[in-house]
Amino acid sequence: MEKFTIVQSKAIPLAIENIDTDQIIPARFLKATDRQGFGNNVFRDWRFDKEGALNVGFVLNDDKYSGEILITGHNFGCGSSREHAAWAIGDYGFKVVVSSFFADIFKGNALNNGLLPVEVSPAFLKQLLTSVTNAPDSEIRVNLAAQTITLLSTGTSESFEINSYKKTCLLHGYDDIDYLLNQEEKIEEFEKQNC
Amino acid sequence: MGKTLFDKVWDKHVVDSIPGGPQILYIDKHLIHEVTSPQAFNELKKRNISLFRPEQVVATADHNTPTVNQHLPIKDVLSRNQLAQLTKNCAENNIELYGLGHENNGIIHVIAPELGITQPGMTLVCGDSHTSTHGAFGSIAFGIGTSQVAQVFASQCLLLDKPRSMRISVNGKLKNGVLPKDVALYVIAKLGTDAGTGHFIEFAGDVFENMTMEGRMTVCNMSIEMGARGGMIAPDNTTYTYVKGRDFAPKEASFDKKVAEWERLKTDVDAVFDREYTFDATDIEPMITYGTNPGMGIKISESIPTENNTSFEKSLAYMGFKKGESLVGKEVNYVFIGSCTNSRIEDFRVAANYVKGKQKAANINAWLVPGSQRVAKQIKAEGLESIFIEAGFELRQPGCSACLAMNEDKIPEGEYCVSTSNRNFEGRQGQGAKTLLASPLVAAATAIEGKIIDITKQLN
Repeated sequence: MEKFTIVQSKAIPLAIENIDTDQIIPARFLKATDRQGFGNNVFRDWRFDKEGALNVGFVLNDDKYSGEILITGHNFGCGSSREHAAWAIGDYGFKVVVSSFFADIFKGNALNNGLLPVEVSPAFLKQLLTSVTNAPDSEIRVNLAAQTITLLSTGTSESFEINSYKKTCLLHGYDDIDYLLNQEEKIEEFEKQNC
Repeated sequence: MGKTLFDKVWDKHVVDSIPGGPQILYIDKHLIHEVTSPQAFNELKKRNISLFRPEQVVATADHNTPTVNQHLPIKDVLSRNQLAQLTKNCAENNIELYGLGHENNGIIHVIAPELGITQPGMTLVCGDSHTSTHGAFGSIAFGIGTSQVAQVFASQCLLLDKPRSMRISVNGKLKNGVLPKDVALYVIAKLGTDAGTGHFIEFAGDVFENMTMEGRMTVCNMSIEMGARGGMIAPDNTTYTYVKGRDFAPKEASFDKKVAEWERLKTDVDAVFDREYTFDATDIEPMITYGTNPGMGIKISESIPTENNTSFEKSLAYMGFKKGESLVGKEVNYVFIGSCTNSRIEDFRVAANYVKGKQKAANINAWLVPGSQRVAKQIKAEGLESIFIEAGFELRQPGCSACLAMNEDKIPEGEYCVSTSNRNFEGRQGQGAKTLLASPLVAAATAIEGKIIDITKQLN
């Protein structure tokens, strides 16, 4: 996994609540057997109409907006456990997703793929969405080590929570398999006692 | 302070705790399917590590399989490739696979319980959010992402923070025609799709105590739809009777020994939950959803609520409904009875009982998709097949089918479908399809009438 330190970028405001993983990556695109290329179909049915024509009204298709940070509404990533959702968002080029609330499985999947879910207060989320919508060139800085997210145009900042173990993993580019593989003796001992 | 059912099962599976970090949780059973496993197998290969405990993994093909002509080669190249990959991966790693055509094949959350693989007190995971289903047995069961599938392959363990606990109690007598699905949809409509996030739910009270295992599975299945990782119900005689004698259940003396262990799993009377909710069973009525998440549900006799909020309005616009209107009388052309939520024998009995001697409406396409080969066999054995065929329903072969429309079973654009599945997200059943979630009884009644009816009027 790539190391994650600081992301400073413009952002894309997607002010919809309860965005489920079927919207992020529809099931018909889950037939692949590798992890690459899902970004082409991220938010597929919002980005394109049924004939494949660009839906110009959708924020990801609006040239005004770009960046490595996606700002979204409450309860982002609810629904299916498909990790393809995190792969698709990452593959499209996002490094951070900001919301006031994330669904559990999505959050875990994102962290396991070096995509940082940043949970902010509803008030700060509203401020970020408004600022970015009105001034698309506004930059946001996410500092993982300091656990802060800052709207650079105003200097307004908020700190965010992250599990200290996961933070260490992201900062160093470790993943859970590396850790678990080193625990084999303990696991075998547990099996002897319990299974 | 006493322990909850969840605490007891969780604590027994903790291998170690990382100071200030997650715990290492041992996983007893790992269920896999064709869609979320290939990348995990690739990960093992890439790192040159072998599967740690292949005998604790069980595989099926369900998400991406056709529900007609399963004996023929699959037409769609990508689907065929994904299934071939599963077969190859299972063979290379000595994993038991109940593939397409096998007598044990079916939806993973239907076959594991019916084979006796799912048992009380276990930890069980699968790369599928509806793994919560297995909590009906008093096991800790939850959906995981593909990176975690690879972790369990590599170590039979996961690194997890212990979730918080929630108890949802429903007491009283359910009204006639109110099914477990209605109880689930009612609770989600009351609490919202994010209420359970970060929590494991225990469903308690006499409504769940009096439910069959099939009903309990429906309820626990839907706990993910309120954001919870899983739901659980304390094991009791209903559970033991269901498990006893199944293929992988403990036999004879060892079964009795297990029952004695399982008896101790119940939540202690002095245990404290982080959150508690209580509902009155007599307030629950047959439910239906009107929006694009499972929390947007109403009693069929009620009208769509009036909310001024962009996301709510976007949802109604997609569904083609107006604030404040009733769904009764709306024409519907598709009915789907199936999915890991409602595709067990009991669900088909309920539907057949209503349908018997009636004819589906001319405008209706009614798809019945059993959860497994065994359920399909049982439908025949009990004479339900002829009831459905005579009524003009289409009985298909087992699989996930139109619940997520990965295969050919797609609801056409713009069409409404009354569905016994678990998610009414935009496009879930096919691009532009509009899903209304309901119980098998409401689905069957819709198929007969060709429109949504207030079933409560027939029941009272």
